[in-house]
Amino acid sequence: MLYIPGNNPAMLQQGSVYGADGILLDLEDAVALNQKDSARILVSHMLQYISYEGCEVTVRVNHIDTPFGLEDLQQIVPLQPNALRLPKVETVEEITRIIKVIEEIEDKHGLPHDKMKVHVMIETALGVQNVYEIAQYSDRIDAISIGGQDLAADMQLVKSTDGIGIDYARKQIVMAAKACKIDVFDTVYVDTENEEGLREEAEYIKKLGFTGKAIINPRQIEIVNEVFTPTDLEIRKAAKIVKAFERNKAEGIGVFAVDGKMVDAPVVQRALRVLEMADIEVSEL
Amino acid sequence: MVLKVKAQAGSFESSDILIMVEPVAKGTGRTIELKSIVMQQFGDDVLQQINRDLDHYNIDDIRIIVNDKGALPPTISARLETALKRSAQVQAGTLTK
Repeated sequence: MLYIPGNNPAMLQQGSVYGADGILLDLEDAVALNQKDSARILVSHMLQYISYEGCEVTVRVNHIDTPFGLEDLQQIVPLQPNALRLPKVETVEEITRIIKVIEEIEDKHGLPHDKMKVHVMIETALGVQNVYEIAQYSDRIDAISIGGQDLAADMQLVKSTDGIGIDYARKQIVMAAKACKIDVFDTVYVDTENEEGLREEAEYIKKLGFTGKAIINPRQIEIVNEVFTPTDLEIRKAAKIVKAFERNKAEGIGVFAVDGKMVDAPVVQRALRVLEMADIEVSEL
Repeated sequence: MVLKVKAQAGSFESSDILIMVEPVAKGTGRTIELKSIVMQQFGDDVLQQINRDLDHYNIDDIRIIVNDKGALPPTISARLETALKRSAQVQAGTLTK
């Protein structure tokens, strides 16, 4: 998911051409305090004018307790982007209050409550402690993400590139997302010059279970896509497992072997996930 | 919308537009000074759009200085709306008093 500063017309109008799966139009940290009004109005006009076809569009609003948050919601919610990203959520009471405001705005405009999804950002130690309760609060929360920079600041961490300080938080957030069966996105990698570092971090967070990673520069898209797209070998293995599963299922066999390795339901589930990520239907095998 | 102070919005960045608005006495009419890097191709379109937007806000008396760096219509409308709201002091922003 590519972050685009909400007050930058050139980037906003080109957002979908770089090949990211999703774009995030940012009204929060990427916008100077004295340009919040300008960004909000610009993003509103862009959403009505530009077709971001093939790209999921998320708008990150300011926190509701800032002087800008409520106005962001009032202006953006009626435009119904694919999702709204809520920063620095810390408690279930807070998410309850914010979703109530969103739904009141939707009611006022005669809009349904189930079209626009909500992404919650966890960016403080308190948020990490409460992440499962927050994530399971509403069906319209379909993703959680970790905001590494703010979290590191909140935890008073010394700046480091290895991510050790936020490792526990990453794992806790992944576990909460998996328990709620929703997507989970990793934080940005701020050193846009360090491609190898980005690749290592993307590979690590993929192993942890993250669904994707936020990026801040179009140059980072290719690397993250490469890491998260299954390799030919992984796809071939997954296809073999699923085909064997279909054959064995017909004969009533639940556990079997492929290339000498035991295959049971969880292995099949993982293989199906690989095919899903490669956009391959089981019927195509 | 009642304009109260001089205000501006936008920037000189590529694809953006800088719009400065200034309240003038009632009955003065609209004065729009436009500079654009695409004046020959789109200058009339930009002026028409600004006039349409001013009609929408019922603003008849105003002085506007526009410096266009190739902005798309949504950017022109957004920057004008921002400058007008700042001028009318209906929201916070970079007010030029």
